[in-house]
Amino acid sequence: MTDRTDGRPHLAVIGAGPAGLTAALAAAARGVRVTLVDSAAQAGGQFYRQTAPGLGARRPQALHHQWRTWERLRDGLAGHVAAGRVTSLTDHHVWFVERQSGTTGGAPASFTVHALLGPEQEEPVTVHADAVLLATGGYEKVLPFPGWTLPGVVTAGGAQAMLKGGLVLPGRTAVVAGTGPLLLPVAVGLASAGAKVAALVESADPRAFVRHARVLAAHPAKLAEGAWYAAELARYRVRTRVRHTVVAAHGTGRLEAVTVAALDGDGRVRPGTERRIPCDTLAVGHGMLPHTDLAEALGCRLDGVDVAVDDEQRTDVPGVWAAGETTGIGGAALAGAEGGIAGVSIAARLNSRIPDRSSYASAAKARAGMREFFAAVDTVCVPPARWAEHVTDDTVVCRCEEVTASAVREAVDELGAGDVRTVKLLTRAGMGWCQGRMCGPAVAGLARCPETPSRRPFARPVPLGVLAREPGEPHDTSPSTTGWDPS
Amino acid sequence: MTPRTPLDLVDARRGPAFTVTFDGREITVLPGQTIAAALWSAGITSWRTTRGSGEPRGVFCGIGVCFDCLVSVNGRVNQRACLVPAEAGDVIRTQKGTGHHD
Ligand SMILES: Cc1cc2nc3c(=O)[nH]c(=O)nc-3n(C[C@H](O)[C@H](O)[C@H](O)COP(=O)(O)OP(=O)(O)OC[C@H]3O[C@@H](n4cnc5c(N)ncnc54)[C@H](O)[C@@H]3O)c2cc1C
Ligand code: FES
Repeated sequence: MTDRTDGRPHLAVIGAGPAGLTAALAAAARGVRVTLVDSAAQAGGQFYRQTAPGLGARRPQALHHQWRTWERLRDGLAGHVAAGRVTSLTDHHVWFVERQSGTTGGAPASFTVHALLGPEQEEPVTVHADAVLLATGGYEKVLPFPGWTLPGVVTAGGAQAMLKGGLVLPGRTAVVAGTGPLLLPVAVGLASAGAKVAALVESADPRAFVRHARVLAAHPAKLAEGAWYAAELARYRVRTRVRHTVVAAHGTGRLEAVTVAALDGDGRVRPGTERRIPCDTLAVGHGMLPHTDLAEALGCRLDGVDVAVDDEQRTDVPGVWAAGETTGIGGAALAGAEGGIAGVSIAARLNSRIPDRSSYASAAKARAGMREFFAAVDTVCVPPARWAEHVTDDTVVCRCEEVTASAVREAVDELGAGDVRTVKLLTRAGMGWCQGRMCGPAVAGLARCPETPSRRPFARPVPLGVLAREPGEPHDTSPSTTGWDPS
Repeated sequence: MTPRTPLDLVDARRGPAFTVTFDGREITVLPGQTIAAALWSAGITSWRTTRGSGEPRGVFCGIGVCFDCLVSVNGRVNQRACLVPAEAGDVIRTQKGTGHHD
């Protein structure tokens, strides 16, 4: 079962972003054989999303920050791949990680990683390993508002991903809106690539950072980064409106304008402050959420919506580590620090040793500092407290199943639904293709219940042909249905 | 500053362009672009209509999570335009509803 042909322990890393890459390099350098699995066409993850090679970018770094770190990761990966220590599998979408507990007394567990190949995701592939690192990152959270389903309205990170990967813009005139630190690189990225950024609309009040002055003072690099963004925004003449929110997007068949308004101290729109900004692109985001499906299916404990880990980045399931944004949102540098610690721990533990804490003490210090910084950011960059009040009854909340706010409200107010699961059963909100990833926070907010991670059978839609296949049987090449009912 | 494009910004020395069709109309694609990127470059932002109210949709998340960008490629429906690379001669069609009854 476990493939230990060369006697070296084998680690499967799922996710080749800063966390997974740093971990893979640290583990490989310590004698672990690593298989790095990622669904994207190239390693890099979200922060270091690479431009497609066919586009021949001579200066890809113009779209990136911390390019040196990327060069180190990229070259390190290439070296380990050439030496046969790391196998990098791109275009592999992992839908399930299976754990076989040791059969004979005290034998360690082994793992089978189930993936689907290629963008069509129909051909199954499995990877066997002695340990697994979940480094699957996160995805963006967007709360609904009237008009948010119009073409031209995209997630802030999505606009950035399409720009970095395909060198394209969705339009000419953009508004970047929502809350959180991701809005800054997105606004600057779009502007530097030639879009007119008509406004950067941030709902938070930056003055709230004053309460965290001590934490900020401990992070001069972060302050310098903030100042750099401010200068770039000024250079591109991007007007920043803080304590403002997008109350509606307008257009017929395509975005034509947004209405932006000022917020009062309670998160209510100040009457009379509404103004219409013509634009063909709205890049909007209200923070990020971690991908936790694989961890949950393995039975890992969550802490709120994050995968819970100890000082060594171990989950509570033996043999399973987690690092990066899957354990909590905090940016690329934190993801890298966590990945490095995980790699050191995995290499030691797979050889039945206790890792020497001094070997990762500086990474642990950086991790503590960045976690503290992002905890402060999290308390400041919150969506407007009363966002749900601006969601009109006819606004679609679940984009897949086209469930409106009125249906969700009716389920709560008239049918007595008290949690997201009941709302889902009554309305179908969250039952479509995306399995509630897009509408989860909105449904929870409208139903006034806590945001809980929604349990999904698999991390990806799985063709029935793959699920039905007996082990060893040749796979069905023409599966047409998925493992759940998306239609 | 003069108006620039994303291609100028990174000094892209791209390989030869090729064509695909979208609802019968020919569009030019640069090598490596996904179907969504190709459609955006051609100024197209929607390529699906929803099952219920027939509303137009295109890219939303841009990273394969939301499934809003579903499209029909060479007769295969439910392909995520933001993930699938465009290939010369692809026949791309707007997907109506589930795409199975049109
Ligand atoms: C769309 C988007 C754009 C972003 N852009 C920026 C930006 O421009 N600047 C910035 O500072 N921050 C950005 N971020 C924040 C970013 O998430 C972090 O900065 C950083 O990339 C986190 O590193 P990570 O290693 O934890 O995860 P990621 O970098 O997200 O890497 C996770 C990797 O796991 C892979 N993966 C996930 N699930 C599976 C699966 N089931 N099977 C196989 N592979 C899987 C993904 O393809 C991805 O490559 C962005 C986030 C998103 C969602
Ligand atoms: S845009 Fe979300 S899956 Fe393609």
